[in-house]
Amino acid sequence: MQSSPNQGLSVNVAATAGAAATKENIAALSLRMKISKVNFYYGSKQILFDISMGVADKRVTALIGPSGCGKSTLLRTLNRMHETVATSRLEGEILLDQQNILVQDVTSLRRRVGMVFQRPNPFPKSIFDNVAYGPRINGMKGPIGETVEKSLRHAALWEEVKDQLHKSAYDLSGGQQQRLCIARALAVEPEVLLLDEPCSALDPISTAKIEELLVELKNLTTIVIVTHNMQQAARVSDFTAFLLTGQMIEFNPTPHLFTTPGDPRTEAYITGRFG
Amino acid sequence: MNARLRWRKFVSNFMLTMTGVCAFVSVAVLFLILGYLLFNGGTSINWAFLTQLPKPVGEEGGGMANAIVGSAKLLLGASLLGVPIGFLGGIYLAEFSGAKVASVVRYAADLLNGVPSIVIGIFAFSMVVRPFKGFSALAGAFALGLMMIPITLRSTEEFLNGVPRMLREGAMALGASKWKTIATVIVPAAYRGILTAILLALARVAGEAAPLLFTSFGNRFWSQGWTQPTAALPEMIFRYAGSAYEDWHRQAWAAGLVLLGLILIINILARTILSRGIAVPRS
Amino acid sequence: MATATPTLPSAGPVAGSRSFLSKLREGDEIARLITFLFAATVVLITVLLVYELWIDSTLARHKFGWHFFVTQTWDPVMDEYGALPFIYGTLVSSTLALLIAVPLGIGASIFLAELAPARISDTLQFFIDLLAAVPSVIYGLLGIFIVVPIMREWIYPAINKPLGFLPLFKGPSYGPCFLTAGMVLAIMVIPYIISVSREVLLSVPRDQREAALALGSTRWESTWKVVVPFAKTGIMGSVFLALARALGETMAVTMVIGNTPKIAASLFAPGYSIAAVIANEFTEATGELYTQALIGLGLVLFLLTFILNGLARLLIIVTTQKGSKVSA
Repeated sequence: MQSSPNQGLSVNVAATAGAAATKENIAALSLRMKISKVNFYYGSKQILFDISMGVADKRVTALIGPSGCGKSTLLRTLNRMHETVATSRLEGEILLDQQNILVQDVTSLRRRVGMVFQRPNPFPKSIFDNVAYGPRINGMKGPIGETVEKSLRHAALWEEVKDQLHKSAYDLSGGQQQRLCIARALAVEPEVLLLDEPCSALDPISTAKIEELLVELKNLTTIVIVTHNMQQAARVSDFTAFLLTGQMIEFNPTPHLFTTPGDPRTEAYITGRFG
Repeated sequence: MNARLRWRKFVSNFMLTMTGVCAFVSVAVLFLILGYLLFNGGTSINWAFLTQLPKPVGEEGGGMANAIVGSAKLLLGASLLGVPIGFLGGIYLAEFSGAKVASVVRYAADLLNGVPSIVIGIFAFSMVVRPFKGFSALAGAFALGLMMIPITLRSTEEFLNGVPRMLREGAMALGASKWKTIATVIVPAAYRGILTAILLALARVAGEAAPLLFTSFGNRFWSQGWTQPTAALPEMIFRYAGSAYEDWHRQAWAAGLVLLGLILIINILARTILSRGIAVPRS
Repeated sequence: MATATPTLPSAGPVAGSRSFLSKLREGDEIARLITFLFAATVVLITVLLVYELWIDSTLARHKFGWHFFVTQTWDPVMDEYGALPFIYGTLVSSTLALLIAVPLGIGASIFLAELAPARISDTLQFFIDLLAAVPSVIYGLLGIFIVVPIMREWIYPAINKPLGFLPLFKGPSYGPCFLTAGMVLAIMVIPYIISVSREVLLSVPRDQREAALALGSTRWESTWKVVVPFAKTGIMGSVFLALARALGETMAVTMVIGNTPKIAASLFAPGYSIAAVIANEFTEATGELYTQALIGLGLVLFLLTFILNGLARLLIIVTTQKGSKVSA
């Protein structure tokens, strides 16, 4: 948990999310993904209750809430990673470009919806081969060297590693490894990029670098980020969803949610009264 | 779904199925072995087999009573050598020794564990057969006992280390001396695991023939005491299977069934007891 | 536990160090001494073993020197001994065993670690552990009466007829041969490859596989291109372990290899292995040089397995540690 309780909700919102966002209404934007009435179970235990929300195209949507509220679980349904657990069960509908992802082929879905994990997890390969992995197995066209360079630039890592592309990914620092994972995910040109608390294992400087990155990346791809750091959500996101014990309490443009939250529970959470 | 993706998915399903086939084949071999032994040996096990001595070479019939008793004798002798060394050495490693000494002892035990059993036989030959100028049950027991040491040592150490701190500290807080704590609290807490490990070690050496070939050697009659050569089940199987007599082949199957049956029963028992909570250490 | 634990005060005045005698009376020093002696015995035995192997092969070593390793002749009558046919046979049969066992074993371990639900994986592993408990003579028994006839009547004709012109597949063959030994050895070492590889694969962090899947890999791709390479070193370790086991295997090999001290290119030719010749000829060895030559072979075998086992352990440790160290 980051420091500084929010007395009086003085979160600096205007500087980052952009003034335009304060005027934007979710309904006016095109939605890249739409989640409808999703209920999720692990075995007989229900984790998510009747979740419905939209993910705005080319914007950053943040999922916040206390530990155990289900935000990571929700994130993982967006690329069907929940299916790696045998007892998981999902009811409802999740649309990507107006098509239900639950009935599509999962392998091609996951190319379109990428993921960056909580702890950096580069493969035991060189930096180059890590980024090249996705394009190679998906048979993407174009010279691989260029694709790798492009992705590394997008992840603000190119300058630091361009002379050591063939070194092992494990030689990089934690923050660099996470940016490598971002580059790796970007290399397959996903329509949506999911980030599951990407900075929780990193130092503040690396965290700041990645936050800067995210704000720029939304021009490339739609972003959904789970974070337990409210200031981070306020800094980088355009829309924020607040979850509590598996339910969606509030979903609003970020400046709105943080300055004038619609629900008392949201207010309690962002003022640090719990969580 | 384009063609490339279809191909990738096909490859994926095919290869994953193949891994299942590999697993199935590997396990199936076990059942094949059991099946053949039961089929070929089952009919040959009769009272005569279990109680009679081998008949003179060439004559049909007879049994392997001396080999059965011989194996039992060898195992007894092996335990007398291997268990104390392994058990007490393990106590030293777990309770008394410093890190450096411990790693030396562990290294030696691992080394000993990796020595091919025929080479253990050579060692036993030099140490027992040569000085005593003859093959003997003692030499065979010595060889098998050596093989039991590493397993017993490592298992004892592992299981003693697995005893929760609270148990130790509880005893010591009551004023018990170290050795009393070990004897009355720690060992009893770990004894199930240690005992099962010893059983597994016995099961392993029970089936060894190579170290016996020039130590206990073999005997077509009863062997008296410890200084005479003795027959043993694995050794008899080897000699009979390689012989030219049909009847001896038949008896080899029967002996194989008896031997494997005993070994598997001990293994299954030991592993089921152990699996209730404690992991089986890898030998 | 293993390091120095504070000695407890006895029921009496405690002021600084207690006398040796009082510790003695407590029995702790005696216990420590006794258990130390037993632990030391283990080291003593091991040292003695290596020493005996060395000393008892002196005659042969002095007479033949390094030539021992490259001489093909094994002639007890003329007292000429060369280790080459046995080293050759040992290596060939073990290599054949690995060629068969490694793909099968790794495949099975992938199934057990990545695909099978935990209960099935554990049950199958249980059976595979039992397979490892089957003694060598029993494999030999099956080798003689099941595998050799199959080799003689099915496999050899099937391969020799079309391909017999190749030196690799030349006949004649009566059954016992390098290939038969290799096949039997393969069955014997598969359990080792499976158990170790399975453990190593299970220790690969979950998010490696998930990262691969999240990039649009199929299940096989994530397993083969990410998880298995991650565990590569440990799997190599299991192969070395299996090789060490195969090299030292005596009974099963003796019963099916053909016991012919000759080097031959054909898989179907009979051969000999180090362990097998020791097993067969040790008690027949007339004369000190003969015996010492055999013991010299034992020394060679010991060294081979010693090196391999050491390498194997190193590799396995390195991999299972990697699993916990990888993330920044």
